[in-house]
Amino acid sequence: MSQEPLVEIRDLNFTYDSRPVLTGINMTIPKGKVVAVMGSSGCGKTTTLRVIGGQLKPTSGTVTVGGQAVHELDGDGLYALRRRMGMLFQFGALFTDMSVYDNIAFQMREHTDLPESVIRDLVMMKLHAVGLRGAHDLMPAELSGGMARRVALARAVALDPMLILYDEPFAGLDPISLSIIGELIRKLNDVLGASSVVVTHDVQESLKIVDYVYFVSAGKIVAEGTAEEIKRSTVPYVHQFVWGEADGPVPFHYPARPYGDEIMERPSLRG
Amino acid sequence: MDKVILGALRSLGQKVTSRIWRLGYASRFFLAMLLHSGTALRRLNLTIREIYFTGVLSLIIILVSGMFVGMVLGLQGYDTLQRYGSTEALGVLVSLSLVRELGPVVAALLFASRAGSAITAEIGMMKATEQLSAMEMMAVDPIARVVAPRFWGGVISMPLLAALFSAMGIFGGYLVGVQLIGVDEGSFWSQMQASVDFREDILNGVIKSFVFGIIVSWVAVFEGYDAEPTAEGVSGATTRTVVTSSLAILAADFILTAFMFTGT
Repeated sequence: MSQEPLVEIRDLNFTYDSRPVLTGINMTIPKGKVVAVMGSSGCGKTTTLRVIGGQLKPTSGTVTVGGQAVHELDGDGLYALRRRMGMLFQFGALFTDMSVYDNIAFQMREHTDLPESVIRDLVMMKLHAVGLRGAHDLMPAELSGGMARRVALARAVALDPMLILYDEPFAGLDPISLSIIGELIRKLNDVLGASSVVVTHDVQESLKIVDYVYFVSAGKIVAEGTAEEIKRSTVPYVHQFVWGEADGPVPFHYPARPYGDEIMERPSLRG
Repeated sequence: MDKVILGALRSLGQKVTSRIWRLGYASRFFLAMLLHSGTALRRLNLTIREIYFTGVLSLIIILVSGMFVGMVLGLQGYDTLQRYGSTEALGVLVSLSLVRELGPVVAALLFASRAGSAITAEIGMMKATEQLSAMEMMAVDPIARVVAPRFWGGVISMPLLAALFSAMGIFGGYLVGVQLIGVDEGSFWSQMQASVDFREDILNGVIKSFVFGIIVSWVAVFEGYDAEPTAEGVSGATTRTVVTSSLAILAADFILTAFMFTGT
């Protein structure tokens, strides 16, 4: 991890309604690398992504992207930075009132004065990269889940971003779509010379493609390392997560009072 | 006993403050929307698209309702006027009722349930499916790109729809009064022409429908933007749009009428 960092997070704390979501997070995303942030649902990994994208402001700590402190930017500065970021949302978030073509052309039309013929070439290029050039005139409702995710991916890289953020890119996909998306994430990152942050709980698929992994549990980083290091990790939580064991440091039971008390007490006696 | 009273007072206070807080939030949202209206006015095709969805697609219900309201006015008006032997004033009664009151108010109520609810549901669903977040992450302001064009589309459509409602109503009144019942056609039109004042009656009606357009569009975009991003949240927001904007239309109508038509 000696390369020049694109994203640096230092001592990040985030509280929501006085409930700590993230505590003392330190992360480095080097240029040109694909970094995964893993953890179970609700551990704060999506929050991390939103802090990097500037949609949430950290309670304390610093987040810099390309040398700019994201949390100190004003509205215009943040929008200028976001033009160089792409984000893939959990279920694609395609604009349902526009065709596939218009979805991908959206940012080009909003942010550039390119003539329509150039936009057409660019859109077709992006669609070709995800293998869906033939689907350009379909509406989002006509796409399968996997296709929609690929279109959303093409849209995320429409303006050749320096940083691509992925929020659960593998959620709800069949095995074929899963590996297509996985390969695309790696390929697009390398071809564009971008850096990627993949927030996911899909261990097997993401370990195949990522350079480095941060493991988050209850808002703290509990382990980090390369894919191999993570697989060999002896941290109990990471071990349970990677090998998908039902019980371990993450208990099967939601916290409750003792079972005996529960069944001995009749509902009518409750105060 | 004290506890019960205290609890009731506390919940009443909380309800009042939360309503006031929400009104303040809606007002700030209104200001932000006006400040971010540059895109909607500069790129007119965005607003024209919304005028099509809110205005043109509401035409059928507005025209048909206007026709029926006018026909009912023709029947009721004739029934009342003939007691005083002044049935030739039917044209005046129908047209004044429509341009002063029924045109703006009924068209606005129909507009709220036809177009206002659709705007709320659309923006709410865009929020629930993260489309608004996605737009923000693409450095495009959803208030400028999605909300403001819908607001202005509604504001522009409303007076036009109200005018068409009144025109159809007068035609309906003519059909029933003149063609069906047999009121004298000449006095029907000439009395109407002589009694309806452009500034006093028509312009005031247009001002009313413009104000109602602002109310309905504002409530609709605000409720959509503020909706809880779930199916339940969007359905609740859609209902609130219809209820809130209908009540606001009627209240505003009373205030505007009190100022406009003082009887002098």
